[in-house]
Order: sequence, then C-alpha cells, then structure tokens
Amino acid sequence: MTKPEKALIFELSQPGRVAYALPDCDVPEVEITELIPASYLRSVPAALPEVYEVDVIRHYTELSRRNFGIDNGFYPLGSCTMKYNPKINEDVARFSGFAKIHPYQPEETIQGALELLYTLQNDIAALTGMDQVTLQPAAGAHGEWTGLMMIRAYHESRGDSRTKVIVPDSSHGTNPASATVAGLETITIPSNARGHVDLDALRAVVGSDTAALMLTNPNTLGLFEEQIVEIARIVHEAGGLLYYDGANSNAIMGITRPGDMGFDVVHLNLHKTMSTPHGGGGPGAGPVGVKQLLIPFLPKPIVIQRQDGIFTFDHERPHSIGRVKAYYGNFGILVRAYTYIRTYGPEGLRHVSQLAVLNANYMMHRLAPYFHVPYPGVCKHEFVISGKQLKQYGVRTLDVAKRLLDFGYHPPTIYFPLNVEECIMIEPTETESKETLDAFIDTMIHIIKEAETTPELLLNAPYRTTVRRLDETQAARKPVLNCSCN
Amino acid sequence: MKHRYLPLTPKDQTEMMRTIGIDAMEQLFQDIPQEIRYQGNLPISEALDEISLLRHMRQLAGKNADFDQYSSFLGAGLYDHHIPVVINHIISRSEFYTAYTPYQPEISQGELQAIFEFQSFICELTGMAVANASMYDGATALAEAAALASGATKRKQIILSRTIHPEARQIVHSTARGLHLEVVEIEDLDGVTNLEQLATCVTNNCAAVLVQSPNFFGCIEDVKAIADIIHQHKGLCVVSTNPLSLGILERPGHLGADVVVGDAQPLGIAASLGGPTCGFFAVTEPYMRKMPGRIVGQTVDREGQRGFVLTLQAREQHIRREKATSNICSNQALLALSASVYLSTMGKQGLQDVARLNLQKAHYAAQRLTQHAAFSRPFLAPFFNEFVLKLPDRWDMSQLQKNLLESGYIGGYHLGRDYPELQNHMLIAVTERRTRTEIDQFAAVLGGMFP
Repeated sequence: MTKPEKALIFELSQPGRVAYALPDCDVPEVEITELIPASYLRSVPAALPEVYEVDVIRHYTELSRRNFGIDNGFYPLGSCTMKYNPKINEDVARFSGFAKIHPYQPEETIQGALELLYTLQNDIAALTGMDQVTLQPAAGAHGEWTGLMMIRAYHESRGDSRTKVIVPDSSHGTNPASATVAGLETITIPSNARGHVDLDALRAVVGSDTAALMLTNPNTLGLFEEQIVEIARIVHEAGGLLYYDGANSNAIMGITRPGDMGFDVVHLNLHKTMSTPHGGGGPGAGPVGVKQLLIPFLPKPIVIQRQDGIFTFDHERPHSIGRVKAYYGNFGILVRAYTYIRTYGPEGLRHVSQLAVLNANYMMHRLAPYFHVPYPGVCKHEFVISGKQLKQYGVRTLDVAKRLLDFGYHPPTIYFPLNVEECIMIEPTETESKETLDAFIDTMIHIIKEAETTPELLLNAPYRTTVRRLDETQAARKPVLNCSCN
Repeated sequence: MKHRYLPLTPKDQTEMMRTIGIDAMEQLFQDIPQEIRYQGNLPISEALDEISLLRHMRQLAGKNADFDQYSSFLGAGLYDHHIPVVINHIISRSEFYTAYTPYQPEISQGELQAIFEFQSFICELTGMAVANASMYDGATALAEAAALASGATKRKQIILSRTIHPEARQIVHSTARGLHLEVVEIEDLDGVTNLEQLATCVTNNCAAVLVQSPNFFGCIEDVKAIADIIHQHKGLCVVSTNPLSLGILERPGHLGADVVVGDAQPLGIAASLGGPTCGFFAVTEPYMRKMPGRIVGQTVDREGQRGFVLTLQAREQHIRREKATSNICSNQALLALSASVYLSTMGKQGLQDVARLNLQKAHYAAQRLTQHAAFSRPFLAPFFNEFVLKLPDRWDMSQLQKNLLESGYIGGYHLGRDYPELQNHMLIAVTERRTRTEIDQFAAVLGGMFP
C-alpha cells in the first residue's frame, strides 16, 4: 500500500535542461571581474537541479499528494484549531494591491493597506477586550515573547525587578521557552484534580518577584478556568500581570473576553482562530493586545488614524520595547484574517465559538463509554481522553493515532498536555459536520475493538500511507539533514 | 444563522444536544461566570456577503500603488523580482497550505521532503553544512544567530555592524535585551564595516560579529577579513546575506562564516508589505545541535524505504520547555516551499543568469544616474543590485517621491530615515524586472528635478 520512493528534485537533474525564461540583458554588459573583485566571486556555481518546467510541476505535485491537509479530510488536532481555510482569503491576499506593495512606499500610496491594518487592530482589540493591538508578531510564540518583554519593561519602568513567570503544568511549551528568551524565569505550578489552576499552589508562589502568570482559558484540557476572576485578583494583588495565551480563543469569541476576565496582555493565533492556513508549519501571525497600562511599551510602529482621516505609522513611542519583526508583521496573513472576520461579523463569530464547543462536547459524550475521560462535565472547544486502558492489550495512544492514518484521518494531538497519562486531545472545530464527527467516532470505536482482538494490527500501523513507521532514533543519532549535493 | 463554512443545521444541533443531555446551547457555557460574560454584539466589522466582500477588498487593494502599475526602484531588503508563475500554482495546492506542521510523518512525507530539499538548497547556496527548516524572516533569524553565538561561546557581547539593515539591528537590540546581552555597534567607513574599528573592539568577550553582505547600502563586505578578526578571539562570524546574490558571489561558508542567515524573499516570494517572507538559518557542523527551529532529517521506515522526519527535537520548546534553544515553534514552510520551487525553476544556470542581470542593470543604472552632474555615488565598494546615490543638498523627499510617482516610478529608500549623516542619500535597487528604457526614464525624471 505504500508508495515507491520519490526522487529528490536534485536527483532529476539532467545537464542542459532549463525551467525559466529570463530576458536578454538589454544594457551594455561589463565584464563581471571589472565590477567585482575575483576573490568575492563564487568559484563554483551552485549545484542546483537542471530540470524543465514539467519536472518542477510533476515533482511538487507528487509531493503534495504525499501530504495531508484540512482539504483532504478531518484534522482534529487539539490546540491547533484546524478549521477550514476559506478560499476567498487566498484569492484576496493575492490581489496585486496587497501582494505587490512595499512597506517603504510613501504612506499615501499604501492607504488601503494601512486602513486594513488599522481596522484589524481595532477589531482584535474589541474581540479580546484590550485597549490597543500590535500586529507585528509573526506567530504565537513570537507574540508571547513580545507580551512578556512588555511586561518586563512595565515592571522595570516602575523600578520593580520582577523576574518570575508562573505557568501551569498543562501550558504550551512555548510559554516557559518564551519566558526564558524574555530574560525571565519560569515557575511551574500543578493543576488540581479537576484540571484547573490550583489556587493554593498559586498563592504559595505569587509574591513580590511575580512578573506574570501565563494562562490559556479555556486551558489545554479544554476546561474553562471558572475561578479566573479570583486568579486575576491574586496575581494583581501581588503586583503581577496576567498574560493570556490565545491559542484556545476559538471557544470564546463574543462569549467572554480575556480583557474582561482580568488579563492585561493577550495574543491571538490568527492561523488558528482566524482561519488563516497553517501552510505546513507557517506562516502564521500572533497579534498582541494590551490594556491601557502597557500601551506605552508596545512594539513600534503602530498604525493610527490622524484627525484628517489619513492613516499613518506612529514611530514616536519612546517607551516602546522596540521592533520585534521586520516591517509590519505578516501582512499577507493579516489580510486573510480581516477577510475572515468580514465573512462572519460579530454575531457570526459568536456562533462559530458556540458550534465549536457543541462539536467538542458531542464528541466527548459519544467517546466517553469507550475511553477514560479524566475531566468529565462540560468542555469547551476541545477535550482530552486517555488511552491508558489500552495498555492492558499492549497498545498505546501512539498506536491508536497511527491506526487512524489508515482510515484517512489526521490523528488528534497525543501526549499533550503532559499531566494526562496517554493523552489524546481532540479539537473538532466548528467547520465539521455531524456526519464527519460520527464517522470519526465510529472509527475510534472500531480501533478500540481492534486493540482488544488484534492488537498487532495497531502496533504495526499504518499500512496505507506513503511510508510505514519511520525510524526516528536513527534520524537523530546519525543526522542526514541535506542531500549532500555539495 | 446560516453560513457557508458552517454545516450544523438546527436539526443537527438539537440531536447533538440531546446526546449530550442538554436542552440549550447556553448550558455548554455555564462554567463561565456571569460577571465576565459579554453582553450584546462585539463592536467589530460587520459581515458582508461574498460579492460585497470582494468589492470591499478590491477597493482597499485599489488604494495601494502596486508593482503592476509602477516600476519600483525600491529595495532596502525587499525586492521586486520576477516570480516564476509556477510558484503560485504549487503553493496553491491545498495539500501543502492547509496542512499543519508535519508531526505525523507517514502522511506528511510531501512537506517533509520539501523541507529537506529546502535545507539542501540553502546549504548548497551558502556553502554551509546544515540548515534548518526556516525562520520567521531574515531579521529575526539574525537575532537568533546572536542568541546561538552567545549560547555556544558562553559570552554575552555581540558586535553588530552599522551596515546591517536598520530594522534587523533594531530586532537584534530587542532580542539582546531579552537575553541580557550587550550589543556594540561598529561604524561604517565608505559604505562598509570599519575593519580597523572592528579589530580594536573584538576581544575574548565577544560571542560574535554580525555582518550583512551585500550590506544595507548594497556594498559587498570583506567577509573573510571580518571572519579572521573574530576567529582570532574564538568568537563566531555571523553573516546575513541576499540569497539571490549567491548566484555569483562567493559562498559565505567558504569565507569563514560560522552562521549564515538571510531572507529568502528574493527567491520567488511576494513583497506583500514586508511579510510573510522566510528566514533561512545555516551553520557549520559544530553548531548543528544548537540551532533554533525545526530540522528535517532523512531516515528509513520499517521496510527500509527512505523517508523523512522532524529530528533533533531535543533542542525544541515542546520537549525542553524553558531550557529550549529558542521559543520558536513554527517555521515559514509554505514560503520555504516557494523558495525551493524558485531554485528548482531557475536551476544551476538560471540563478547565475538572474544574478548577472541584477548586477549589470544596477551598474548600468548607477552609471546612467551619475552622468548627471547633480548626482554622485559616495561609496565605491563593489555592489550587487543596490547602490547609494547622493542627491543635491536641500531637497524635499516627499515632493521628489511624488514627482517620481506621477511619472510611474516608486523611488528608492531615503537613507536619512536611519542614518542622519545620509540625509540627502537614496538607496536604489535595480532588479532583472527593470528594462533599459525604465532605467533611462527613471534617470531622466530624477535628473529633471535638478536641472
């Protein structure tokens, strides 16, 4: 069932073939060595493939056929919000007036782009309950770092040397990693038996050194932190600030806002909540919103509208943490996110969150008889189940995930969060139909039966994919990281 | 409400709620305290039907002057190169663009192989041993290189040449503040890094020297000399480069660079107001396990067939958390794919040809412009496709840009924005897209303003 090896593009090379058509040089040519000293010139041409256009198209088309995206099928990857990526977003981002413009053009020649950025800043501020937004950060982790740098700058501006960032044990790995690169130290606190922040554990660690608490809400278990107002009070009373990791915002749009919960900083992952494509790993965008007290520290520039209606970049921000991204962020992604917001409007976005939550709860209830559900009750946009009961058959969560591949599904997130044994984290999103959910659930039940009767079927899965299970140990022990064409 | 992306009918919703054991959607949100519930509709942009939305977006796009309507001589790190038409067809394949990170290798071999090929392309271009799967952009890649150097040498000082892109320098400064690193900037002399000053500044406390070549002024730096200086003190030489220039310019890896970074935008990526582009990051063998970001490696499956996986993940945030080499969690996979398709399309000969066209046209433009008595070139170092033009003192930049626009040209970058001593200097980029006629007319229009 697997496919034969696919040659590398370099392996298709035949001297003499070309896939380009450049113009002839229409200016008087000068000998290169008269323009550039020989010691600066490349002694050997880059050994790039020599192929013709059909080779290029067939090669990459075949690679695409060995890849699985949302358009290929159900992709319930928890915490990644793999919702449908609307096609109008793609078309619009390719308009010449968006794709073929330069950030250093005179501002009067990019007023349409600035208007879009300005409107998106305001929409995100309203959606999150924040007072001002920067669109610069390129991704969620980049937004986290930006937010923490602002928090650090805020405390420093008050002569307050606070260095500790508190994160729950269920947090995304980027949270503590971002704290480190922002020059701060992480304190990890355990969750309580119900999967929530343990208030006693929180009280035990907050103090005069607390810079911030980082939280997702709903958290990575898909549970809403019901005590959020109290949590915010505890942190604020100790002089710390609250950072909202917006990875799970798809559950709450128009229903509740981080700003109203007490958060001071929030980032949104536009490639999750706002439907922009994940691109096989990027590009994304991670805008950051802040409350009034942090506005002076926002990265510069910010787009503002002058009294006369003209949009302009405001560079005069003396307390800014500086620039975090070249130019003005991932504009092409911002265009897509704005387009998305305009397909829904305020009522539509609330409906999106309601249906995302409905889908998740429906799946959880239907799967509950077959899997251990560590946190029963109501979930938000995602939920976790545990595959620990399968261990009696010698099967692990990983094997269930690999078996799902044979049925044409992208598996859920597995082994995260770290505090749930044999964790399976499922996020269906709102763009999946009941039939799709039912078919997936039936497949999961079928796989459980297989585990009971023929566990080796799971242990050796997948069978119907491009390749079988790969030797990751060999990849790491003897790294082969390029084709050594040089 | 009905919406084209939403499948659940009222009947579906009722059935699903019955399965869950609730009567109203509201019950799914009862865990959210009343005091923080949002009442009413958010004050955000209203919904539009598809026809109105397309009209609205065309209207916004129409307010921008784009490269289809104007001939651009603006570069400064982001260029109007030809994008071969095949690229858009490949990156529009939704198997690529709607996929997440290839964490499930069995169904992600396409993306993994594409990244492996990208890493191979970058190694081949730069002359380095190892490259990663890409970074946000060239500027953040440079900042990450500073972090790598500090971690690898256990030193806290970074030396930064003032000829590096000003925004990249700002990002290095922001990053350095985060990591408690000290940054020392080296002045330029005649458009290139002042080597004498560099030699006196470099000590055994320096983690790295960061340079850009071709630099922000378009001038080619003496990378070998710079590498020699820092290597005497056992620091790292970090070079930021324009990958298209490597069609004719020597590989930084052969000039002594330990880390090579840059932005792949010239390789078939739209300017798009500056993003998204794609940073690349390559190192010599000893720094392989200190690299930030994702890396794809070759391996075999259980039947012995070649396959690819994400590897060396013990460096990364989802494993190491606060001890990771970086907090980066994504890459720019789709744009790395654009760059790979570009390099496949141009191939061995095409990349040399396009680089040569840039070189020749830029030099022709420089010669043409400096024929005018009012213009001169202050920096005489060799350059690739971009150069600095000195205009007469006392002129109004915005008026000048306006005049150029009226004639159909987007002018160069005003260097006075970042370099106070270069108030009346313009950075002019000339790519293979500019014709001789455009160059001649641009020179005539600009010259006409200074009779």
